[in-house]
Amino acid sequence: MSEIEKGQVMTANRLRDGEVVFLTRSGEWNERIDEAVLALEPQATAALEARAKDDVKATLVTGPYLFDAERVGGKIRALHMRERIRTLGPTVRLDLGKQAEGTAGAFAFKEA
Amino acid sequence: MYRYDEFDHQFVRERTAQFRDQADRRLSGALTEDEFRPLRLMNGLYLQLHAYMLRVAIPYGTLSSRQMRQLAYIADKWDRGYGHFTTRQNIQYNWIKLEDTADILAALAEVEMHAIQTSGNCIRNVTTDHWAGAAADEISDPRPVGELLRQWSSLHPEFSYLPRKFKIAVTGAPNDRAAVKVHDIGLRLHKNDAGAIGWEVMVGGGQGRTPMIAVTVRDFLPEKELVAYIEAIMRVYNLYGRRDNKYKARIKILVHEIGAEKFKAEVEAEYARRPEQTTHVEEKELQRIAAYFAPPVFEKLSRFTPAFEEAKLLHPGFARWARNNLAAHRVDGYTIVNISLKPEGGIPGDATAEQMRLMADLAERYSHDELRVSHPQNIILPHVRKDDALAIWQALVPAELATANYGLAGDIIACPGMDYCSLATARSIPISQAISRKFADLDVQEKIGPVKINISGCINACGHHHVGHIGILGLDKKGEEFYQITLGGSSTESASIGSILGPGFAGHEVAGAIEKILTTYVKLRQPGEEFLYAYRRLGPQPFKEALYAAA
Repeated sequence: MSEIEKGQVMTANRLRDGEVVFLTRSGEWNERIDEAVLALEPQATAALEARAKDDVKATLVTGPYLFDAERVGGKIRALHMRERIRTLGPTVRLDLGKQAEGTAGAFAFKEA
Repeated sequence: MYRYDEFDHQFVRERTAQFRDQADRRLSGALTEDEFRPLRLMNGLYLQLHAYMLRVAIPYGTLSSRQMRQLAYIADKWDRGYGHFTTRQNIQYNWIKLEDTADILAALAEVEMHAIQTSGNCIRNVTTDHWAGAAADEISDPRPVGELLRQWSSLHPEFSYLPRKFKIAVTGAPNDRAAVKVHDIGLRLHKNDAGAIGWEVMVGGGQGRTPMIAVTVRDFLPEKELVAYIEAIMRVYNLYGRRDNKYKARIKILVHEIGAEKFKAEVEAEYARRPEQTTHVEEKELQRIAAYFAPPVFEKLSRFTPAFEEAKLLHPGFARWARNNLAAHRVDGYTIVNISLKPEGGIPGDATAEQMRLMADLAERYSHDELRVSHPQNIILPHVRKDDALAIWQALVPAELATANYGLAGDIIACPGMDYCSLATARSIPISQAISRKFADLDVQEKIGPVKINISGCINACGHHHVGHIGILGLDKKGEEFYQITLGGSSTESASIGSILGPGFAGHEVAGAIEKILTTYVKLRQPGEEFLYAYRRLGPQPFKEALYAAA
């Protein structure tokens, strides 16, 4: 059994095209949730919030917020369906979004 | 055919240039998101779950084939090859980039289209009966009045910062297909015994979190007084409408809080203050606008056409489609073709660029170059010779556009829900797909008869669940999607708001629950009694028992 860690991921939409992005350990915004930092404690989430605020000012991203996620076997998964849809794409169009572009991370929707 | 006038040309081009500058300033950081958001919303640009979403206005749902082809071109060039036709007779693109948006608006302007007044706290684009100018039961085409109101309200400085958004719907037929009683203002045309026409003015209807049926404030208003009278309504709303609470800011709340009689008295007092001579719309102005909607030149045909009857005998699939998807035209030998955008298991209202081009071609060839978008998310060819219906059907079949379920259980209204929308609390489309698959057998759908199943993915009710005969509302319960079922809603002339039947269901249980409701109805109905009327006669009890008692 791999260990499950629960924490929070910082997300936003990239300003110029609206693409869903996640804040990584190196402080960049990446399209893949697997690259995201999972903040496990308040100090870490505060650091993510500060970084996001700066990047909003720098017109890189818009509408940043934290969402609940877990790390299972080294891969990150959003806990709520809304965020899972943002990390993957529409559940009704598996041919569209990150799930179709190879940027979806490890936890895909099952074929209907 | 509907067209712009020279003023529209100029202001749409100016607006596009203005938006290009605003977007550039946003991207450079000169504008903050808080500054930019209202500007992009004034141009129909939202930020949704996966990308930006652009909502394009289609006034009165009326499109030429050239415009439909341009919508297909935009879908291919700047989106993912499809678009979503909405319950506001508009189209939405789901995968738009901010940096492309000004180019898209310029492409729309080329075909006299735009995204103005599809968002924001202004008078939104006016909606009408999708069979306007074609329906057999129509007194007069409602679109000239819609256009009059559009020209009056577009960018109107007094009404650009209302307490909240404002939606007007107009019908020229006694059978209301425009849902006028659930709009902020609904207009319905009447003809009196002397043969004169006048408008019934209804105010304060709406859906959302507080659904209400509009109240009638005038029974028979002369057409030339419409603008002045509606201006009086808008002034009363602008003055007394609440701005302290977004959820209490719509005119329906004002009408409800002060009461219909008081509201009416306020409007009449405001109206009486006006200098009458200067506020009437001139007859020649009404005629100028009506000329934009001049009907096509119809051929003189007989009502009964042997070729059409023979085609139905030869092709049972065509006969079924003709039975369900064609509607009575006001001119003999013609019919209204309703193209279902609800294939079995499909996404309600979605059409690919290829499908759009096919429908444009068919409209050009067979329907006087005209298409309509309906609020129940289908596409209409309004003026088709009955003898051409077979050729149209044969062209639609391979494109998966010939589903013969118009007005039946498979013809479901659904908002984009949590698959796309940032406001949604639950998904709508998968529920619609499950129900559509459950009733895949068209024999079963025809046996059940006319029923409207409407699904919204949140309380804002874009999927019109309150006025579905069967309404489904998706909510979030402790992080899980669950669905409330309402029965008895209707958006027609006998409009009503549905009532919640009982405890909600998990997503995978909904289609089964709908099946139980409809099975109960089929068992208890009287001969020829449609679902809505059976429900109104029987009340909720037998349906409650079917759904909950056995558990």
